[in-house]
Amino acid sequence: MKIRLTLGLAGLLVLAACGPTAVPTEPPTATSPPTSRKLRVMTHDSFDISEDVLNTFEAEHNAELEILKAGDAGVVLNQAILSKDNPLADVLYGVDNTLLSRALDADIFEPYSSSMLDAIPDHLELDDQHRALPVDYGDVCLNYDKAWFQSEGMGPPTNLEDLTVADYEGLTVVENPATSSPGLAFMLATIGHFGEQGDYSWLDYWADLGENDVLVTEGWSEAYYEQFTYGSGGSGNRPIVVSYASSPPVEVHFSEEPFEDAPTGVVVGEGSCFRQVEFVGVLRNAESPDLAREWIDFMLSRTFQEDIPLNMFVFPANENAQLPDVFAEFAIIPESPVSLDYMAIEANREAWIEAWTETALR
Amino acid sequence: MGNLSERSARGWAAESRLSSLGRLLIYAILLSFLVLFYFYPLTAILRLSLIPEGRLSLEPLTKLIRTSRYLETLWFTVWQAALSTLLTVLLALPGCYIFARYDFPGKSVIRALTTVPFVLPTMVVSLAFTSLLGPRGLLNVALMQLLRLDQPPLNLQHTVFIILLAHVFYNYTLVLRIVGTYWSNLSPQVEEAARMLGSSRWRAIREVTLPLLIPAIAAAAVLVFIFDFTSFGVVLVLGGPRFATLEVEIYRQTVHYLNLPLAAALSVIQILFTFGLMAVYTRLQATTALPIELRSRRATQRRPQGWRQQLFVVGNLALMVVLLVLPMLALLERSLTLGGGFSLTFYRELFRNPRGSAFYVPPVAAVRNSVGFALATVGLSVVLGIMAASTLDGQATRGGSAQVNSSAVAESHTKLAHSRRPRGWWLLRLRRLLDPVLMLPLGTSAVTLGLGYIVALDEPPLDLRTSPALVVLAHTLVALPFVVRSILPALRSIQPQLREAAAILGASPWSVWREVDLPIMARALVVGAVFAFTVSMGEFGATSLIARPERPTMPVAIFRFLGRPGTVNYGQALAMSTLLMLVCTVGFLMIERFRVGGLEEF
Repeated sequence: MKIRLTLGLAGLLVLAACGPTAVPTEPPTATSPPTSRKLRVMTHDSFDISEDVLNTFEAEHNAELEILKAGDAGVVLNQAILSKDNPLADVLYGVDNTLLSRALDADIFEPYSSSMLDAIPDHLELDDQHRALPVDYGDVCLNYDKAWFQSEGMGPPTNLEDLTVADYEGLTVVENPATSSPGLAFMLATIGHFGEQGDYSWLDYWADLGENDVLVTEGWSEAYYEQFTYGSGGSGNRPIVVSYASSPPVEVHFSEEPFEDAPTGVVVGEGSCFRQVEFVGVLRNAESPDLAREWIDFMLSRTFQEDIPLNMFVFPANENAQLPDVFAEFAIIPESPVSLDYMAIEANREAWIEAWTETALR
Repeated sequence: MGNLSERSARGWAAESRLSSLGRLLIYAILLSFLVLFYFYPLTAILRLSLIPEGRLSLEPLTKLIRTSRYLETLWFTVWQAALSTLLTVLLALPGCYIFARYDFPGKSVIRALTTVPFVLPTMVVSLAFTSLLGPRGLLNVALMQLLRLDQPPLNLQHTVFIILLAHVFYNYTLVLRIVGTYWSNLSPQVEEAARMLGSSRWRAIREVTLPLLIPAIAAAAVLVFIFDFTSFGVVLVLGGPRFATLEVEIYRQTVHYLNLPLAAALSVIQILFTFGLMAVYTRLQATTALPIELRSRRATQRRPQGWRQQLFVVGNLALMVVLLVLPMLALLERSLTLGGGFSLTFYRELFRNPRGSAFYVPPVAAVRNSVGFALATVGLSVVLGIMAASTLDGQATRGGSAQVNSSAVAESHTKLAHSRRPRGWWLLRLRRLLDPVLMLPLGTSAVTLGLGYIVALDEPPLDLRTSPALVVLAHTLVALPFVVRSILPALRSIQPQLREAAAILGASPWSVWREVDLPIMARALVVGAVFAFTVSMGEFGATSLIARPERPTMPVAIFRFLGRPGTVNYGQALAMSTLLMLVCTVGFLMIERFRVGGLEEF
């Protein structure tokens, strides 16, 4: 009897283990012919693109796409590094310039000199061996709540220095560079702008920010949706937040009421923003390297590039790509973002964050 | 009589052979599950991190010991977990009492609601807490108006108090369900006898009931402690950048610095601590568990009578509402508000895909994916949980082979001792180890195990790295301790005479299990199933860090909305959170209605 019970339980176990495969989903192969080639793309959770655009690629290249997503860009890159001998995918998209050095040091990419690179400005091409190819860029900048400053009868800040002025005490919320990607970018902006040495270093600036009651949250969502006066719908009390230069057009795009003007503004003063560039590359030991290269060409083509802004809220790297109306009208591209050597970022990341933690939090 | 005894002795010999074979099979299944999906990936990533080129590097460990920050982190991790656990147990015990002893309208709905916090993503809870307790939250605004203040009087943001409060919010249900269920099976007569002998109600509870409840309280407290000990999101998001637990530090070292050796060293400390705690607990538990007289629910519960009892019940329910339901109501309220007025816009938007995004998540699909994974997790963890609990409960063995008269019992026990020990001593050993080992996944860093899966499960037939089955397996790993901890106190409370009596009446071990063990553990099993469901719905464990093809669950959809600016995105995150709360409440109510094989439930 006991045997039968055990066998029954074992049977149940097997059934339960098989359960998830029975979870119904739309079969991705429904439209492609059985001989289609398979391409696996590894990326972060924020990756988004129109279904039409993906279908175009699948149809034109007789391909079947599998997009694998896992956590943020850092998690995905670490997975790619740990699995480099037997990679999870053929292509990795989403490594940015703060992580680029780690990816190149780990030697996870095959070089690929795509002809599409001609349409991409040189200053975005950080890797001259073309192992990582730029796809898009976005600037991390201070945003402010226009209505708040209007009702208080004061002007919004125009540069980083303003935040340490007494008038702006207790008005700013930033993200922790140790846990947040825009937080790290903003810290890098201050390093690039104030420098590590000299009379007034970036750490002096952060000490002053601390004196001026800056609030630090762990991530962008908490800063923007809980503390920022506009984003929180009034339950937060900080009218200045570290976000993206593209946030105002996105606010306009995702609002219920039509806007004449964007509700939030961007501080674009000299050296007050940090530019993040995102890269794509063919993974070493990929199963379908040819198709991977075709996919990269496609990502850099106008079809894909013009679809980027409204799906990922960053700017296309391809100079020929047209911006959607809402971006053309409301988006600001800072003229002089801070630039830091990507190799210096990886080399100093830990030391910088430790120094920041000592200064800003203690 | 002699005839019967002879028959059963023969039967015992045959059955013991069978059942030891069956037990071996159970061990094999349990162990292979743990080895394949826990120990193998874990050792793979630890080996890669600590022994990179075939040589053990002690540097990360010495760095750990030399840097005071990590010791401070360990200390903070321990004391906040201890304090959170104490608070949770103290606040929940009166609630357990009213759920165990009183019958009142809306009971099952309230119980279901108290469990919903468990599945809510931290980012959502943080939103709810801020809108209640933030500088411009409802509470501060009300206090400012009431006391005519210029500044918000309460400043809990980024303090340890909000961490403690959030831990109570999340884990209250663990104590309420595990202790409350056990308590409702305790016969009230013991307590009443003490009362009749002149002791006060409070004294009767303290000196008679509480000692009997210890096994259940300890089981719940251990789970709450480990949950708080490995707390990640609460500490990170609500506690703010000044606080870090070991889990937070492991995440930072792994994801931001790719400092695998240091992360691995921290992971090892976390795991060893969990194992040590569990080993102590297992020892203690063996001495506190008593077979007790159980009563069915009908015999132990009544309507509250008189104003005192009614006030006690209402007061406790009010506490639950304030602690647990109010933050959820805040979310609901915000999901229905747009531009200062009532609006269903955000719910309507959930069903639209205006940009034709390839990654648009239809709400129905999100619900289906979440519930699908959760049900598979419930199935797998309940089956494994029953196996594990029956193995851990030593009495099941004796009960199954009970003999007719006392001399035969004595004889068979000596026979058992003599014939079994040489052959099966290692099984006993294994059993003693199994209990703490089963709990280890709860105390293991999700980042570490997630990377372990990437490193280890990469070859056929176990190339599960991108398989949805891995989601269920990882969820089950976390859910299993809940199932086991829920069932075990009930199983250990079974009086051996019950099983013996059944055996005397000619019941086979299987019928003894079915007729005695199963009904008594049925309600505890339902509790375990509810927790398995929540663990999966809340996306606990390593799965959120596994690269997998698009099969988005509700929490994944919420994260996606919260990751981008725009009122509509924010509103949709709240609407999806409300949907998650609703689906969970319905799920809990349905699981609770489930009766095991139509048996009379205890």
